[in-house]
Amino acid sequence: MTDLVIAFTLNGRLREVRTPAHRTLLDVLRDDLGVLEVKEGCGEGVCGTCTVLLDGEPVSSCLVLAPRAAGRRITTVRGLGDGDALHPLQEAFVAHGAAQCGFCIPGMILTACAFLEEHPAPSRDEIRQAIAGNLCRCTGYTKIIDAIASVAGRKTRG
Amino acid sequence: MPAVPFEYHAPATLEEAIALLREHGDEAKPLAGGQSLVPLLTLRLARPAVLVDLNHLEELRAVRREGDALWIGALVRHRALERGEGALRACPLLQDAAALIGNVRVRALGTIGGSLAHADPAAELPAVVQALDGTVALRGPQGERQVPAGDFFVGALTTALGPAEVIVGVRLPVLGPGVGYAVEEFSRRAGDFAVVAAVAVVELRSPGEIARVRVALAGVGSTPRRLPGVEAALAGQRPDAETLRRAAGGAAGEVDPDGDAHASASYRRHLARVLTARALERAAAMAARRKTA
Ligand SMILES: Cc1cc2nc3c(=O)[nH]c(=O)nc-3n(C[C@H](O)[C@H](O)[C@H](O)COP(=O)(O)OP(=O)(O)OC[C@H]3O[C@@H](n4cnc5c(N)ncnc54)[C@H](O)[C@@H]3O)c2cc1C
Ligand code: FES
Ligand code: FES
Repeated sequence: MTDLVIAFTLNGRLREVRTPAHRTLLDVLRDDLGVLEVKEGCGEGVCGTCTVLLDGEPVSSCLVLAPRAAGRRITTVRGLGDGDALHPLQEAFVAHGAAQCGFCIPGMILTACAFLEEHPAPSRDEIRQAIAGNLCRCTGYTKIIDAIASVAGRKTRG
Repeated sequence: MPAVPFEYHAPATLEEAIALLREHGDEAKPLAGGQSLVPLLTLRLARPAVLVDLNHLEELRAVRREGDALWIGALVRHRALERGEGALRACPLLQDAAALIGNVRVRALGTIGGSLAHADPAAELPAVVQALDGTVALRGPQGERQVPAGDFFVGALTTALGPAEVIVGVRLPVLGPGVGYAVEEFSRRAGDFAVVAAVAVVELRSPGEIARVRVALAGVGSTPRRLPGVEAALAGQRPDAETLRRAAGGAAGEVDPDGDAHASASYRRHLARVLTARALERAAAMAARRKTA
């Protein structure tokens, strides 16, 4: 199969890869570009560890074929802060001790980030619904929800 | 596991897409949101030699009001349905149904055309189209044809789509005043496919009399099932909880589900009855509100 040349913006920088079409965006990010903050859990769209923002919307990068990323804007958790400064959500996760092993956290933060853009003042229950597609095997979710709620509160006041 | 390599085409027009599908026959598959197809590729349950990406076909993204009907292009994403964007607001039943699909990432990419073409027996949107007597528009080498929902779903993962045919969109009736609707479903875990889902549409003739009821169930057979017995029993009746619940009792006898790892046949029949009752009660209450509004 002939390779395709695919260009997209990754965390604000233009990147170009050469790949056959049958590989996923997850494969390209991890294996070609060394973007290791995007994790592979299930490979079937269920767990959310491979979440990236595609033009601002959370998607499972394990279910996006590489050519479908062409010309799109891709954001990983590293693209949220600017340089050394953490994004407020990242800070909240640290402050609330919301991470244990950390495997689910990049996807969790991206999902929460996109959700808060659309719902700046959610209830706790809405936060639970919003992250229902991101599985965490460690924390029991309570501190994750606390962390997200703390940022949501700040946004509404601000 | 990576998918088996395939040749990838991203045609710019529907004619080109159909020509490619015709040229490669059984070897080719259309790609929409990829939320059912990509897992099949990486599990190697599907091994197409050629993939025809439909995502560049702008004409499949249209949503428009056509008098009493709503046209929804095949590439309209579940998230757009869920948000009720633009003209989609005319059929809010889609909003409730789409919100129940998978997780937010599935909804960001999955399309209504893909959901109908994939025809999972437990999927919500096929049941909605079946409940509303929608029409699926197909385009192929022989031109366009309109297939009523009842004829479109042929079996589990099997539809009336012929060789080199693609779904271009679906036409649904707009629900007027005096019509209420509801979707109820049960699933084991958040984000799972429903074990059973019930879609009910209730039309009132007057506050005390039902004109017509339509119920479709997913997860109780190979295709979304209408419940003609329940529907007939309620025409002309009072829309009170007792009457609705009694009629819904008939749902269990109208379906013949198979048991599987998710639920036994008798549990699915139980869910058919319970979810039909809940959906009918909510739909009737909404119909009453929309009458006076
Ligand atoms: C974790 C997870 C959970 C899910 N949960 C649910 C759920 O609860 N309920 C539910 O309904 N669905 C669920 N889905 C499936 C999801 O809704 C899919 O998006 C949908 O079934 C297929 O739509 P798609 O656009 O992704 O199609 P694709 O995956 O691209 O295609 C699916 C099939 O349809 C064909 N096809 C696609 N578009 C067309 C067209 N226009 N004309 C002809 N053929 C076409 C393809 O060739 C392929 O065979 C889930 C998926 C995942 C990964
Ligand atoms: S690895 Fe993509 S959702 Fe689990
Ligand atoms: S912190 Fe370990 S999976 Fe969430």
